[in-house]
Amino acid sequence: MSTRIFGSGIKRREDPRLITGEARYTDDIKLPGVLHMAVVRSPYAHANIVSIDSSAAEAMDGVVAVFTGEDVDLAGIPTAWLIPDSDLKTPEHPALAKGKVRYVGDGVAIVLADDRYTAQDAADVVDVEYEELPVVVDPEAAAQDGAPQLFDDVENNIAFRWVMGDKTASDGVFNTADVVVRDKIVQQRLLPTAMEPRSAMAQYNPATQELTLWCTSQNPHIHRFIISAVTGLNENKVRVIAPEVGGGFGSKIPCYPDEALVSWAAIKLGQPVKWTETRSENYQITIHGRDHIQYVEMAASRDGKLLGVRATVYAGMGGYLSTAAPGIPTILHGLLYVGPYMMDSVYCESIGVMTNATPTDAYRGAGRPEATFLLERMVDMVAKRIDMDPAELRRMNLIPAFEDGHEVATTLIYDSGDYPAAFEKALGIAGYDDFRREQAEARGDGRYLGIGITAYTEMCGLGPSQVAGAVGFQGGLWESATVRVTPTGKVQALIGASPHGQGSETTLAQIIGDELGFPVDDIEVIHGDTTETPMGWGTYGSRTTPVTGAALAKASQKLKEKARVLAAHLMEAAVEDIEYADGSFSVKGSPDQSQSIQDVALMAHLAWNMPEGMDPGFEESQFYDPPNFVYPFGTHIAIVEVDANTGDIELKRYIAVDDCGPQINPEIVAGQIHGGVVQGIAQALCEGVIYDDNGQLLTGTMMDYTMPRADMFPNFELGETVTPSPHHPIGVKGVGETGTIASTPTVYNAVLDALTPFGVEGIDMPMTSAKVWQAIQSAQS
Amino acid sequence: MWPNKFDYQRAESVDQALELIGDEGKFLAGGHSLLPVMKLRLSAPEQLVDIGRIDSLRGISADGGLTIGATATHAEIAASGDVQSMCGALADACGGVGDQAVRNFGTIGGNIAHADPASDPPTVLVAAGASVNIQGSDGSRSVGAEEFFVDLFETALEDGELITSVSVPDLSGQKTAYAKFPHPASRYAIVGVAVALSMDGDTCTGASVAVGGATVKAVKCAGAEAALAGSSLDDAALNAAADMAKADIADWLAGDVAYPESYRQQMAGVYLKRAVKAAAG
Ligand SMILES: Cc1cc2nc3c(=O)[nH]c(=O)nc-3n(C[C@H](O)[C@H](O)[C@H](O)COP(=O)(O)OP(=O)(O)OC[C@H]3O[C@@H](n4cnc5c(N)ncnc54)[C@H](O)[C@@H]3O)c2cc1C
Repeated sequence: MSTRIFGSGIKRREDPRLITGEARYTDDIKLPGVLHMAVVRSPYAHANIVSIDSSAAEAMDGVVAVFTGEDVDLAGIPTAWLIPDSDLKTPEHPALAKGKVRYVGDGVAIVLADDRYTAQDAADVVDVEYEELPVVVDPEAAAQDGAPQLFDDVENNIAFRWVMGDKTASDGVFNTADVVVRDKIVQQRLLPTAMEPRSAMAQYNPATQELTLWCTSQNPHIHRFIISAVTGLNENKVRVIAPEVGGGFGSKIPCYPDEALVSWAAIKLGQPVKWTETRSENYQITIHGRDHIQYVEMAASRDGKLLGVRATVYAGMGGYLSTAAPGIPTILHGLLYVGPYMMDSVYCESIGVMTNATPTDAYRGAGRPEATFLLERMVDMVAKRIDMDPAELRRMNLIPAFEDGHEVATTLIYDSGDYPAAFEKALGIAGYDDFRREQAEARGDGRYLGIGITAYTEMCGLGPSQVAGAVGFQGGLWESATVRVTPTGKVQALIGASPHGQGSETTLAQIIGDELGFPVDDIEVIHGDTTETPMGWGTYGSRTTPVTGAALAKASQKLKEKARVLAAHLMEAAVEDIEYADGSFSVKGSPDQSQSIQDVALMAHLAWNMPEGMDPGFEESQFYDPPNFVYPFGTHIAIVEVDANTGDIELKRYIAVDDCGPQINPEIVAGQIHGGVVQGIAQALCEGVIYDDNGQLLTGTMMDYTMPRADMFPNFELGETVTPSPHHPIGVKGVGETGTIASTPTVYNAVLDALTPFGVEGIDMPMTSAKVWQAIQSAQS
Repeated sequence: MWPNKFDYQRAESVDQALELIGDEGKFLAGGHSLLPVMKLRLSAPEQLVDIGRIDSLRGISADGGLTIGATATHAEIAASGDVQSMCGALADACGGVGDQAVRNFGTIGGNIAHADPASDPPTVLVAAGASVNIQGSDGSRSVGAEEFFVDLFETALEDGELITSVSVPDLSGQKTAYAKFPHPASRYAIVGVAVALSMDGDTCTGASVAVGGATVKAVKCAGAEAALAGSSLDDAALNAAADMAKADIADWLAGDVAYPESYRQQMAGVYLKRAVKAAAG
């Protein structure tokens, strides 16, 4: 019995080139004659542009041209998620500001120069006269009468108002419930901080009228689509290449003005144009995540039955509506309000508000962490109110195990789950009952320990195209893939998705290897080039393994069927008599006769001796549109200790039991969970954008914006349960975001649990030592 | 991230460095404070004079006290057996600066010339009664650490003057410690407290205390010193000293949105106690 490649924790094949610095990112690509673009950016969060004098810049040696918003004839940058029934406004987003700037960093002019220093020096001397306008950064404040208005055609800055659920029914539940708890929760802005900043380089060939754009993209096919729309070039004349991409976390989904501007300038000037953002620009202009102010309530019965949740959410959109922004605090948020619980009433009103801040968009988890947080916060508050153990309250409300579909009040149909199993497993690892004893003893010694528990499920593997259409997403959500075998039996897998650090080159190869028997080292996964790869909608929403993986599995299965028929023909046997094992076809009863998959591939290419009606070649393509989302789930537990003298929080243990169906590569799954957990805990404890009242970013560098570091964390204790997705060809679910979705409330609730003796009711995130200390002082006085 | 244009010259000797520096020049040592502000275009010197290869500014010698060359790196100071025995707090403070790369490049001269209020070495130098040796085109002088640090990013250095070394008295007969509360992002000090205690058995016969991080410069804390001196470092004495330290720094507080002055002031008290316990323990 051979060991299956599916399920084996082989090392990530992409790592050697990443670790040794051999990988080639956009900025590493050098073209002769390239011009460097620098963007003159607004130092004000809200101002009219009175005049722009670029003469000093134009006069500098090495400066080729300076352009302003008046010069650039690009169509506006589109918003691509037009959520229905929400009175959505999509204010114009010009590639360079025209007449008015709306956040610090808004582009006002571009400088093209022979080298990067000259471009930056010249940008510094472009003289822009501004007339400052009043600024509003807080999304709730921005939606009030009398707030500064960003756009004439967006009244009260409200870009959309999206409602989910039946208000009257919800009110009925809340009016009659024994217990109602409520809180105001601020989901602070976060900086995605991909290790590689954004970069774009464009080259235009006037002879063929083709534009090639290299850029940091999670979805080059979507970038092609948008670049074609804003430049007016036919889509088949635009080639978008995402070379190595160093992380994205959602921040490389959107099409930004910068990508459009290098494209426009390359066409205009007939020379290649490159732009790479600095880390300061990355923090200032690349999308931010979260930014919700949530007013949340939960209703429950006195004996602990959860009855309903409702919330009003003010979601900050920033100065413009980014590519997918409207879908994040609505579809990807409200639909998760039931979580893993039996709860029949949900209501959400989500108000998207334009503010004088960097645009927000999808950031790891995108809407689902914000939903999971508010649920788990409320559940802990209910537990406290009715004086029930928070683990017990969760246990009695979890949806019992189901294998094939469970419809919940938000209209979602969860695919499969066994929440109680994951929950009990996590509690077992944590030693929950023992911990409560230890906690009581420690309090006696003036030590403050706390425990937090999150039971979650989430929707990912985005996700049938019909649903995409129904919720206004301006695209499909299928993927396609081609499995191409060369005459010598080596595999090229061409995929439309665009992985950028997830290890998909390894996991996807494992899927193909498992289906067809090729060694993983003989399988190349090729992605990130719209000319080389088939259409796909991109890598985000934990969808590449579930969706692209399914396309590859099905393409591989088709090839295997072809191989079986051809092998039978070659061995002059009946197809029914062919047995397959480990990449080899043999005839039942005569094991000495066999054809390897490589032999068959060669014969399919040579086509000397094909069965009647079979076409030559050994290649299959597959489109795959998932019939439903996939719903991974699990339970996370954190144990913390708070130093009451300083407010310092020590994370002592972190337990994560996740179920993403069968694991293709447990090492990679663990890596995704580790990274996600760290990012989520960072929201609870250290990361947070701070703007001042003038819309100036005070956390503009890593000296002020606290990224998580390894020394903040204990060794994570991972566990798993395995519940296959019933609708997926190989049962797998996504795992890229679960860590981020589950971990923020886990740690938050643990800290509040630790502070119970002080009577602290809440602390705004991030829970820095200063805020924790202040909360203790305030609660005591 | 892209500095303005500048000229670069490397000096071979102190005299040459003083000659090259001119009006608009800046000395370049480890570059770990200067280059970041240049890259952010917050500073745009026209000329850099690299002092990193001047032999006479390097090294650490011990002869009745420590003489630490201006370009001794944080890593060298942390690893020096002489520093560890004569002023352990300084070795600890330098060992806790930034990360390994910062410690390998950053120098004590550059650190104190830059006078970032959140730096670690200045606090220890003030508590230890160190002095800063300075060379100018008109000659040399020595300034006590307490006078050297004037205000936020402000020192007693005149334009064009070079720090050649730092002298630290031999405190091997005392118990010294540095307790630091690092900023989670930058790892600079939110609060740093340095103490040097003279002990006679269990009794503290004299104490020297300085606080940094919470303040615009390293501040000597006479009140806290008096509260410790003559005590047996019992809880009552520590609490009194903590309260005095908070009062001692009241006129010099520094803070930001995330870690406001009031919080840092309170933490100075907490960390004073931790420093004393670490020294005495
Ligand atoms: C990521 C990071 C984290 C850090 N964390 C800490 C920390 O936790 N604690 C801490 O204390 N520091 C920290 N630092 C600062 C570090 O210690 C710097 O190295 C030090 O402040 C400057 O030393 P330098 O040799 O690099 O000086 P440079 O950057 O070369 O120079 C700094 C300034 O001093 C002047 N100068 C340099 N040498 C002399 C001299 N001999 N005479 C006169 N003027 C001179 C220069 O002209 C310049 O104005 C950190 C720095 C970084 C980048």
